[in-house]
Amino acid sequence: MRLQKSSSIALYAVLELAAHPAHQLSGAEIARKYGISVHHLAKVLRDLGHAGIVDAVRGVGGGYQLIANPKRLTLLDVIKLFEPVGRRAGSGADRNVATDASTALDLVLDEIDQHAIATFHSITISTMLKLMARKPWSQQEHEPRPARRTASSR
Amino acid sequence: MLPEDRGTTLQVLRGHATAPKPVAQSNVDTDSAKDVVIRLAVPSDLSSLVALDEEVTGLPKRKYWKEAFARYGPQGEAGRFFFVAERKNQIEGFIVGEVRAWEFGEPPCGWVFVIQVRPQTRLAGLGTRLFEALCDAFRSAGVRKIRTIMARDNHLVLSFFRSQGMMAGPFIELETTID
Repeated sequence: MRLQKSSSIALYAVLELAAHPAHQLSGAEIARKYGISVHHLAKVLRDLGHAGIVDAVRGVGGGYQLIANPKRLTLLDVIKLFEPVGRRAGSGADRNVATDASTALDLVLDEIDQHAIATFHSITISTMLKLMARKPWSQQEHEPRPARRTASSR
Repeated sequence: MLPEDRGTTLQVLRGHATAPKPVAQSNVDTDSAKDVVIRLAVPSDLSSLVALDEEVTGLPKRKYWKEAFARYGPQGEAGRFFFVAERKNQIEGFIVGEVRAWEFGEPPCGWVFVIQVRPQTRLAGLGTRLFEALCDAFRSAGVRKIRTIMARDNHLVLSFFRSQGMMAGPFIELETTID
């Protein structure tokens, strides 16, 4: 699964601001760290400001700060500002003819969407910061891959 | 945004989350968690557990909890754990888990069946302390993986388990309706 660029930029910005709650960060600082366009980031930060997630402080020493509660703000809250998430997003819902095949395919796509929504909705910005600190991916690199198993009954 | 953790049940019963039910309550009492003790359940806790569950879910389930207590409580088998959070002789929350081995071909792992915290005591880290107590018990039992299963629309409890570091495991739950 891929997120649209604006969603990714928004999440990087929110995570960066959440990781530095005592500081105000400039758009240039964030853009430099993540290798993203300052212009694109500014537009995204404006949208995040309109949504009440970040606030801009003007003047010397100014910058952006997170004003949403990172323990309550979820990935879904941020992503849905920039792209549709969930049922029918990007599917063939605009097709003219509904067939058994297209309906069955929609059913499968809905299943995937529902899992995606549940995942994005259950992960807060605070949880993401914990995940970043824990770095489980560095453990996975050293763990042996489990042997293939077959299903057995309970 | 996730709702403030007020007035919804934080419960997974046998892996199936109960529907959140609004509970009339006062403000969250975060100070009340300071002198909470986490300990293994004892037989005299049963009535308090039943009362807490009924307060949270609105459903009296004495028979269910009596049986669950017999299975997972102090008289239960090895590898089964029932912890309670007690403050001033009142049960503020509880967690139940069990070590299961070789289900679906998997080595022994710890399953979390129930976690419940009194609404007035939430947002004070009590759920985390209960979860950590159960993790310690699982560690002592020699397991290193912990699993649970729950409704995907129960965002609050999903979010709690996510905050404890849990992520999607290697299984996909499937179901069908049989005629």
